[in-house]
Amino acid sequence: MSGTSSAKLELTGVSKSFMRDRKRHPVLDRLSLRVGEGEFVTLIGPSGSGKSTLFRLIGGVELPDEGSIRIDGKETTGERGHISYMPQQASLFPWLSVAANIGSALTTAGIRADEAKRLASEWLGKIGLGDVAREYPHVLSGGMQQRVSFLRALLMPRAVMCLDEPFAALDALTRAEMQAWLLRLWEEERRSVLFVTHSIEEALTLSDRIYVLSRAPARILKEIRVPFSRPRREDVWKEPEFVGLKQEVLELLGEGAGASRG
Amino acid sequence: MAFDVKPYVLPSPWTIASYMGENASRLWDQMWFTLRLALKGMGLGVAIGILAALLFHLIPGVRAALSPIIIITQNIPTIALGPLLIVWFGFGLMPKLILLVLVCFFPVAWSMLAGLGQAAPHLREYLSMIGASRWEILRRLELPASLPSFFTGLKLTATYGVTAAIVAEWLGSSEGIGHYIVLKSKGYDTVGVFSAIVCIVALALAFYGAAALLERLVIRWRPSASGGKGGRSE
Repeated sequence: MSGTSSAKLELTGVSKSFMRDRKRHPVLDRLSLRVGEGEFVTLIGPSGSGKSTLFRLIGGVELPDEGSIRIDGKETTGERGHISYMPQQASLFPWLSVAANIGSALTTAGIRADEAKRLASEWLGKIGLGDVAREYPHVLSGGMQQRVSFLRALLMPRAVMCLDEPFAALDALTRAEMQAWLLRLWEEERRSVLFVTHSIEEALTLSDRIYVLSRAPARILKEIRVPFSRPRREDVWKEPEFVGLKQEVLELLGEGAGASRG
Repeated sequence: MAFDVKPYVLPSPWTIASYMGENASRLWDQMWFTLRLALKGMGLGVAIGILAALLFHLIPGVRAALSPIIIITQNIPTIALGPLLIVWFGFGLMPKLILLVLVCFFPVAWSMLAGLGQAAPHLREYLSMIGASRWEILRRLELPASLPSFFTGLKLTATYGVTAAIVAEWLGSSEGIGHYIVLKSKGYDTVGVFSAIVCIVALALAFYGAAALLERLVIRWRPSASGGKGGRSE
């Protein structure tokens, strides 16, 4: 493991619970994790394991009950504006053109308006969406909308990119295409990414490291270092080791479910 | 004869048309006066409506405190309020403007307020997550999202505003279509009254049309009803 100094994102002992019907429902249980410089880290866990809550804590939208969150070496618990974010729904603004959607997010991150505009159109061209830059988002397909949403997150000059199940709403074919696309683009840019998914294959194909979470209250069941080399092939799933790892994660997720029931 | 309608009860359209032709310049002057009054009142009413919506939206306590009073102002009939305003403020422009503002600000304020609160939650969440300020959330999300509701309110206001201007003139004015109606009805000049009605309808339609046109020019991002190209793949 690399030293603490190069950690872009570091969570230490983060716990969070919610009150519902006057009862305390713990969601996160002393969670610690880190994302290194240029590292692609994935959280995988059963649904309802508090991954979205974890993102809200990292984004500073909510405060943890205990524990600390450090981004780029600085204590940022409860502070907003340190991450870029790609949600499950593309979340493009319907009244802004595709280019303006990217541009306006960049100005929120402190980039000057003319520079933001230039960056948006330059990169839209680069990813082959130059001819829809001036269209409204509703003319784009779901997959294209997610490309714009990813580009918007990629271009924000923030220490960590948080991707919250970005491909969950896509059909299987588009999803595979998007994974390959993201893999290529990410390997060129090498940003620090925290990625959440339900799909074990997706996690193994994209990540450097995987944290397997238990059912709520979420703890880290295991940290898995993905051994496949970079640049990674899209058909890495054909490797025998891939199947072994998939089996291991599946068993962990099964155990985690069993443990919390017992 | 089954329909023995006397011309002074219901004049024929032709009679009205020729009357309007003969009195075109007088009617036009009256209409112009009413148009200006309605425009001033609506402009002020819409501006106050927008400000009220923003104030209520941004400061939740204000809404709870003031909305009962505002609802009450909407429940007092203009026909009762008008004479009082004239007693308080005289026969000048002021009481008419107040009456118009009271009628015009409400549809705009209430529909826009609803629109501001109904911005898509996932877009709100996105902006929070990237650290957008309260001001940015208002400007980037809530204001554009409230525009369709705002225009619904504006179209209501455009219709009510003309009627309110007529009532204001009726109550205390020496000019305008409202004044003209009083004059003609007191003289049992049914043709004159109908001519005035035609003018009012034309004015109201023009205001509504202008509001609808403005809506079309401002809100251009909505997918066309015919389907357009592509769309969201499910």
